[in-house]
Amino acid sequence: MSTQAEITTAPGWTGAEQVEVLTFELNGELFALHAVGVQEIMDLAPETVVPGAGAFAGAVINFRGKVIPLSDLRVAFGLERGAATIDSRIVVIEIELAGEPTLVGLRTDKVHEVTTLARADSEAPPSVGMRWRPEFIQCLVKRGGEFIVVPDLQAIFNQQQDARQPVASATRH
Amino acid sequence: MSDEAIAVFQVEARENLELIEQGLLDLLDRPEDRDLVDAVFRGLHTLKGSGSMFGFDALAGFTHHCETAFDRVRKGEVAATTDLVSAVLAARDHMRRLMEDPTGDHGAAGDVLLADLERAVREADGNAPVAAAPVQTAWRIRFDLPSHAFKNGTNPLALLAELRDLGEARVVADVSRVPPLSQIEPTDHYLAWDVTLATDQGRGAIEDVFIFVMDEMNLSIEPLDASNADAVVADQTGPAEVVAEVSSILPQTAAPAQVAAPVQSSAPTAPDAAEAGVAKTAKPSESVRVPADRLDELMDRVGELVIAQSRLSQIANSGVDTALRAVSEEIERLSGELRDTMMVLRMVPVATLFGRFRRLVHDLARETGKVIELSTDGETTEIDKTVIERLADPLVHLIRNAADHGLETAEDRAAAGKPATGRIRLSAHQSGGEVVITIRDDGRGIDRDRVRAKAEAQGLIEPGAALSDHDLLQMIFHPGFSTAAAVTNLSGRGVGMDVVKRTIEALRGSIDIASRPGEGSEVSLRIPLTLAIIDGLLVRVGQGRYVIPLGAVEECLELSLDEDLRSRGRSFISLRNSLVPYLRLREMFETGTPPELHQKVVVVSTGTERIGLVVDQIIGDHQTVIKSMSKLHSGLPTFSGATILGDGGVALILDVGHLVAKGQQQEAQMREAI
Repeated sequence: MSTQAEITTAPGWTGAEQVEVLTFELNGELFALHAVGVQEIMDLAPETVVPGAGAFAGAVINFRGKVIPLSDLRVAFGLERGAATIDSRIVVIEIELAGEPTLVGLRTDKVHEVTTLARADSEAPPSVGMRWRPEFIQCLVKRGGEFIVVPDLQAIFNQQQDARQPVASATRH
Repeated sequence: MSDEAIAVFQVEARENLELIEQGLLDLLDRPEDRDLVDAVFRGLHTLKGSGSMFGFDALAGFTHHCETAFDRVRKGEVAATTDLVSAVLAARDHMRRLMEDPTGDHGAAGDVLLADLERAVREADGNAPVAAAPVQTAWRIRFDLPSHAFKNGTNPLALLAELRDLGEARVVADVSRVPPLSQIEPTDHYLAWDVTLATDQGRGAIEDVFIFVMDEMNLSIEPLDASNADAVVADQTGPAEVVAEVSSILPQTAAPAQVAAPVQSSAPTAPDAAEAGVAKTAKPSESVRVPADRLDELMDRVGELVIAQSRLSQIANSGVDTALRAVSEEIERLSGELRDTMMVLRMVPVATLFGRFRRLVHDLARETGKVIELSTDGETTEIDKTVIERLADPLVHLIRNAADHGLETAEDRAAAGKPATGRIRLSAHQSGGEVVITIRDDGRGIDRDRVRAKAEAQGLIEPGAALSDHDLLQMIFHPGFSTAAAVTNLSGRGVGMDVVKRTIEALRGSIDIASRPGEGSEVSLRIPLTLAIIDGLLVRVGQGRYVIPLGAVEECLELSLDEDLRSRGRSFISLRNSLVPYLRLREMFETGTPPELHQKVVVVSTGTERIGLVVDQIIGDHQTVIKSMSKLHSGLPTFSGATILGDGGVALILDVGHLVAKGQQQEAQMREAI
């Protein structure tokens, strides 16, 4: 998929040596999202389970009168899914799905801050020695003594969609 | 040039091309109609002008040639023959291509079309209406222009110069409407003119001078002879509103030149000069172009408002504050009205849809060599815009079918004692919350024997199986079913009746077919008025709430404990002596909750099948504003959408058709297991 390769390298970083991100926590790991795509950070809302939708996007919520899917990056990264805490938030982002801009809610355990990451501190995900799928990670950014993971949302969502297609056609007949 | 401006140009050009097409098609029926010829010419001229303004040079160049050719029709030098009009129609299609894809290489195709057009003009040259010998006639022309004429770029001096070109003209300006200097708006137009013109040209030539401003002005043209030197005769050939406006101001003024701002017919007295100066030109119905997605946004906002309002009324009703309750009720009423108004905004008349098919039928007639007449009925019936758009393809297919398979050739029709012209009738009317669209032809009807033979050959039915006529006709909706012995260029290309049926069902509509051998067929489509809202039955399954479209619900009953236990092995309940299979939604949705003590069965129907859905609780009716599911969930056919409930929660809307299909699938698996 050539388009995907483009996406992995493109957003946020092109031309800019610094990029604004929103950092958040998932199961103790620190993640960052490009701040431009973030629409809103909201408290947990009543969720409606979508039967048969799978764990990655297993529910929908009401976001300002729109019904948007609620997805769980922990599923994509194989992280353990803990119970919601008082710090749990939903980060609503806009992402392109099958050519359509779509609002999606992401579960997070805790939202930290909007901050600036420098390209110089980033490195490509190592191909060995990591328990996560490297194609889902845009880059790792070193800050202080820790690494911030910048996930490649486009790749994750594309994969989820592709993975689900055959299932969908099987249930249809 | 900004992309936005180009997009606006394209939208307008598309409309203009549509009008040109309509005009040309009308011209086929009424080749003598001067108004039509003028309208088409005006359309071509505008397209050329705006095309070159927005940098669509290929379009402007091509259109220029067509305009030049058509100008000869307009001048009465050649007749609007069928061939000529068809050639212009083909050229119009090319203009559309040039407009949509200005960078593409269309040069060669354009040259072929222009050559065709030229040939058609040359052939038509022979039967031109004989032009009357030029006679010098004196005309009296009176006209005024709306006060905003300058803002529209109208130059009255140019109009007068054009009149002078026609012959000797004496121009008198009427300044009676000019207000005192202190009240003059420098950008407004206040003058009217009275022109006496001696020319050898006809009335048409004079009207042409005003061709671009005619709709907005008062114009009277009369031959000047002794008897009616003072009386003003309304110009009968002009547009209707000009006639109306002129005649409405006649009795009040005796001044030589008629001066008035166009007034609505209800105005009791002639406006005096001051009033006329400030009066805006009021058009009967003004319209504003709004992008559809803004409407959708507004609809979302209204949806949110309705939800917020129902939360408010919950709070208000739980307290004792009567003032709060009164306000809450007021807001409830207002938001309800707002929602209804919103719904109406999205409605468009089916005329926009039907209009496209005239061209289709024209092309079909040429391709098949049949004589086909399309008549339409109920064009003012309104449907939601999104529905209209999705109806276009199925209707195209049905009309192709009617023209290609349904109607016979002229010879066959004559042999069967029918008039040579085959008729296709397209009609629409509203019935309750649905719009019924029917396509009827007076062709040969559906050949039952061929349908049966084909169905047997495909193994859809047992050879010799007894089938009701209705069921037999339903066979044509099966995928891959086509009775046409030979697949022609027209029908039998990819989309079949099964696709039509699926599209209609996706719109929550239904399709039915009736046919009489030798007399023709009729396909009726029943489409809900809007996709945005449905009546639903709100139910609870485990923790989740779901909406079942009320149209599919037949009845609700309790699943007694006995029945529940007894039916472990076979999921059937007996309902008035017939066995109805049922699905436990709790199991299907894997809620992981224990069943409610008093479960309910909602019996739903898809028209042919009935199936019970076991739910934990029936909550009640719910006016459901449908929200589509995101692409992440588009692969789940059991849910056709979602809706937001009064408490802000989300309920999924069940797609009954797919649920039933799934139920049958489970049933089949059960049988195999035994």
